[in-house]
Amino acid sequence: MSDMNSKPVPTMAEMSAAGKSPEILFWVGCAGSFDDRYKNVTQAFVSILNKVNISFAVLGPEESCTGDPARRAGNEFLFQMQAVSNIQVLNGYNVKKIVTACPHCFNTIKNEYPALGGEYEVIHHSTFLQQLIDDGKVVLKGGGEFKGKKITYHDSCFLGRANNIYEAPRKVLEALDAELIEMKRCRTRGFCCGAGGAQMFKDAEKGNKEVNIDRTEEALETGASTVAVACPFCMTMMSDGVKNKEKENEVKVLDLAELIARDL
Amino acid sequence: MIYIQQIAFVLVLVIAAWFLIRRIKHIRASIRLGKDADLSDNSSERWKTMLLVAFGQKKMFKRIIPAFLHLLIYVGFIVINIEVLEFVLDGLSGNHRLFAPFLGDVYPVLMNLFEFLAVAVLFSCVIFLIRRNILRVPRFTSREMTSWPKLDANLILVIEILLMFAILTMNAADQLLQVRDPEHYTATGHLFFSGLLMPFLDGMSDSGLVIMERTMWWFHIVGILGFAVYITYSKHLHIFMAFPNTYYSNLIPKGQMKNMDVVTNEVNMMLGIQSEAPSQNPEEIGRFGARDVNDLTWKHIMGAFACTECGRCTAECPANQTGKLLSPRKIMMDTRDRAEEVQKSISSGGKGLDDGKSLLGDYITKEELFACTSCNACVEACPVNINPLEIILEMRRYVAMEESGTPASWNAMFQNIETNFAPWKFPTTDRFKWADKLNQESE
Repeated sequence: MSDMNSKPVPTMAEMSAAGKSPEILFWVGCAGSFDDRYKNVTQAFVSILNKVNISFAVLGPEESCTGDPARRAGNEFLFQMQAVSNIQVLNGYNVKKIVTACPHCFNTIKNEYPALGGEYEVIHHSTFLQQLIDDGKVVLKGGGEFKGKKITYHDSCFLGRANNIYEAPRKVLEALDAELIEMKRCRTRGFCCGAGGAQMFKDAEKGNKEVNIDRTEEALETGASTVAVACPFCMTMMSDGVKNKEKENEVKVLDLAELIARDL
Repeated sequence: MIYIQQIAFVLVLVIAAWFLIRRIKHIRASIRLGKDADLSDNSSERWKTMLLVAFGQKKMFKRIIPAFLHLLIYVGFIVINIEVLEFVLDGLSGNHRLFAPFLGDVYPVLMNLFEFLAVAVLFSCVIFLIRRNILRVPRFTSREMTSWPKLDANLILVIEILLMFAILTMNAADQLLQVRDPEHYTATGHLFFSGLLMPFLDGMSDSGLVIMERTMWWFHIVGILGFAVYITYSKHLHIFMAFPNTYYSNLIPKGQMKNMDVVTNEVNMMLGIQSEAPSQNPEEIGRFGARDVNDLTWKHIMGAFACTECGRCTAECPANQTGKLLSPRKIMMDTRDRAEEVQKSISSGGKGLDDGKSLLGDYITKEELFACTSCNACVEACPVNINPLEIILEMRRYVAMEESGTPASWNAMFQNIETNFAPWKFPTTDRFKWADKLNQESE
């Protein structure tokens, strides 16, 4: 726990009441708050923040959906209602710097909130973790759990093509001393997990295959024992894919934060 | 006799120009059916993008084999046009090889270069025909590649092969005539590639050769002018439209959707927020999102005219690759077809946009729109920076806000966000529960 922080997970409201302002706001996101699997990622990231003594806070009960799925499904009204009220909360706390583990929240707050009066420095946790590693703040124990193990990284569309973040997640994986094996379709040609554009919230249209199965097959072909992801939706889709292929005992789908937290 | 040729040539030029101008006006008007969008900012960045992507073919090189073959045709097209200039001046002035005396020793070098490129173009076109018709590369045979798009693609390749063949045959006949009638046929020096054709023509009489040379000359120049007009009806229009389309590329991150300011005004009113600029201009609120081409911007329609139906977008689309109906290429083809249909109707005094049809419904179905994962693979893949995703998302806006026609599960998601502030049906009181264990442990 940070000396700055009175609790492992302080809220902005508590900080503000105590007259303190944290260095960063950790935007948890709906998946990070409600999804049983992704809550583990949220907790892992918080443990890293506390370990390296970074002063942070979350909005806690004051956080609300960024509006991304509504906007991508066409409901601009609902998106803007969410965005404008979130911006009121963020500006009310005079937030300057936001870190989030969700590429969809990241993209929306970074690129789409400025048009509505919300201007912040927004960092995805992959970039943030890379900076911690580069600055020597996160030092992984040599010969950790993943040393020499085969890991493949699945690019999130909203990090990669949408925001040109391809290298930060890979740098984080390099720090694990693992053997990074790329899928054939990676970086700019990375194949979607199938959940973006609000697909997460409905069944797929008629086709001959599910997108996540196609991608999971490609990930399994690498022979990696870990599929690293950096997005809650990718996490769900790839985990479901691995289960569908009955490989959940041999192959784990893990977020970058979980990989780092394990070896810290 | 010479004057007859010159008069005929001027006539051909005038006819071609008339058709071309008519088509250019039609295309311009079709593009201007779209809404206004201010893309006049950042001109240095825009020039750079155009130079790299259109002129420099940067994005083509993700697929190295077609990129190389395409480069040969592209360079051939640009360089051989210098020779076409000589053709036109010869035709107007009644000269033969007007540039030869001025360029001296350089002329044969240039001619050999042109011939090399003509052979390179020929070679590439033959390989492209094989890829389309024998190897049947998947992206050339998918659903939207119906009879006309397939025929269009093959016609372009065959016409280019014939045009290049005409240059080479003409030069072969010309070289033979230089020996037989040096007074009238300016010496070009030995031309390597057409030289290979000389043995086939050697048995012809002098007059036969003259006719052959003239026929090929006329075939080439009329062919090029005819091809220029044909291009305006064809997917091949990309050779021109790639340039403005890349100039007006999106310079913002691909993930960013443009804000709908009309909606912002209403949202601010609902939330009781004073907007900085009070509605001094209560502009008429049009339709939300896009139902037809006039709801798109001119840039979207320009993209449709820049599309050469290569299908790289569709080949990368996760929805398409898993058998869904959506194909980003089809989105662009439909947009062009609809824009041309509407404009044609307007020009002929018809009903235009009010013809009872629309882009959404008659061309693009909701099933296609709903299948998109907004992954930007199509946008990334397009060699000339066309953006099918923006069109898809604009049409989704129409479906959601004007028709309330989104799938039931999306409506449920909307409702969850409205009531629980999360896309899932969890109570807000549970939002911070993930931290309970951590906070309790420390107490």
